[in-house]
Amino acid sequence: MKYEVVIGMEIHAQLLTKSKLFCGCSTEFGAEPNSQCCPICLGFPGSLPVMNRKAVDHIITTALALNCTVARESIFARKNYFYPDLPKAYQISQDDQPLGERGYLDIMDGSRRIKIRRIHLEEDAGKLVHIEGEPFSLVDYNRGGASLMEIVTEPDIRSAEEAAAYITELRSILRYIGVCDGNMEEGSLRCEPNISLRLHGAKEFGVKAELKNINSIRAVQRGVAYEIERQSQILDEGGTVIQETRRWDEASGTTISMRSKEEAHDYRYFSEADLVRVVVDDAWLNRMAAALPELPQARRERFIAAYGLPAYDAGVLTESKEIGDFFDKVAAISHDYKVVSNWIMGELMRLLNETGQSLEQSHMTPEVLAEIIALVDKGTINLKSAKEVFEESFHTGKTPSKIVADRGMAQISDEAALSGIIEGVIAANSKVAEDFRAGKEAALGFLVGQVMKETRGQANPAMVNKLLREKL
Amino acid sequence: MMTMKVSRKEVEHVAFLSRLALSEREAEEFTRQFNQIFKQFEKLNELDTSQVEPTSHVLQMQNVLRQDSVRSSLPIDEVLANAPDREDGYFSVPRIME
Repeated sequence: MKYEVVIGMEIHAQLLTKSKLFCGCSTEFGAEPNSQCCPICLGFPGSLPVMNRKAVDHIITTALALNCTVARESIFARKNYFYPDLPKAYQISQDDQPLGERGYLDIMDGSRRIKIRRIHLEEDAGKLVHIEGEPFSLVDYNRGGASLMEIVTEPDIRSAEEAAAYITELRSILRYIGVCDGNMEEGSLRCEPNISLRLHGAKEFGVKAELKNINSIRAVQRGVAYEIERQSQILDEGGTVIQETRRWDEASGTTISMRSKEEAHDYRYFSEADLVRVVVDDAWLNRMAAALPELPQARRERFIAAYGLPAYDAGVLTESKEIGDFFDKVAAISHDYKVVSNWIMGELMRLLNETGQSLEQSHMTPEVLAEIIALVDKGTINLKSAKEVFEESFHTGKTPSKIVADRGMAQISDEAALSGIIEGVIAANSKVAEDFRAGKEAALGFLVGQVMKETRGQANPAMVNKLLREKL
Repeated sequence: MMTMKVSRKEVEHVAFLSRLALSEREAEEFTRQFNQIFKQFEKLNELDTSQVEPTSHVLQMQNVLRQDSVRSSLPIDEVLANAPDREDGYFSVPRIME
């Protein structure tokens, strides 16, 4: 392409705190409208905000995970704008001296580094509800005043794929460190990429458009790709791109200009006199650093080096912390790591997807999976039965040995018992047996199948093969 | 030193940002007052503060923080008590186009 793509990303992440940023109102999702509000988050005169320590902890943790410098002294400011989702007509946020600055995040297997400009703490706004055809809008302030983190990158992202990779990796990290649930559909993680194009080698940035309403990683990729295409067409035709905010429209797969935002913002930041400065001393910083878990990238590298897993497996297994933890625990008992990986990527993830449960909600435990793998290893059950046992354990929590005993699933590895069945099958299929003796190797498969059918799949396949050849 | 001068247009802009409707007379009056205030700041600017750390807060306190625990909120009726208009437990406002 003729143009270089320049993308910066702004994300807002709702922090996992039980109460709001400056008051004790609950942050639980889905409550009755305006049932989680008080004089502080509604901005009643005379009320005073008091900051939630957990929210500050979360920002420090994120800043450390994203290789930022943590400000030893941080201050808060009022960002003034008039909009009905903001009861005070200002948002308490940070301008100068944000909690985190100058970090980076490596993406695409470490081949690309995206610099982080700043991370700051602010309060969320309320939620506006628009009803088609009505002359009014409705406001629910339950979310107003909840703790929100803003993470801003430098304009280092160069394609739609990189934009998607950045948000994927960032979301994974935020979940690992437990600061945000990363749910883009419910809006607990919102991303706003700004996109501009310029001729390769140009010094000046082009005019940028900011995208909103992106509620999945796929939408990041599609929205940015559409915007790149739209802007290159304008430039190719000799036109100029307008600086504006555009809304991603999932249904049409296009971006649409949001005209209401055309007026230039004038936020008139000034310091928030109701809050004193936050000073992060060594003790606080060290405590947060010590509590930082192994991050996805480090874990991926360890899974490849220590367990000899393919890069693909390592990527899938480390995307969520709980799956990665689960793998580590099974691998401590069961040493055929690729087999463990196959079970988790296959059966476990299939059942989690189908049931919509989290690993914690299911009955699957590392011990259960290790036991199933051992039962297959010892030849007690075959792989087909093992999958059934896995599914039952997943749903009920019953131990594999009990399921095998209750359902009479133990594999028939008893030579005498199998011999009788095999002789019967040969006698009943004498023509097929003749074909095999005449050199038709494929005929054996049919006979194996018949034996399996007779034993309801419980015969040891290797033994059936061996005995069939002997008897033929 | 730069002489600050606030134009009437700027005063009207600031009033608009705060959704204040100024009469002709008020706009004149506030423009005059703004300029007077800025004149006082020019006086303050004569002081050399290049070696002084900016003050972020007049209080020397720091880290006034609370534990992350939930306290009860107001009953919805009280939340909406001062609302000019309401609808099904929501605040109702003139339609916002998005």
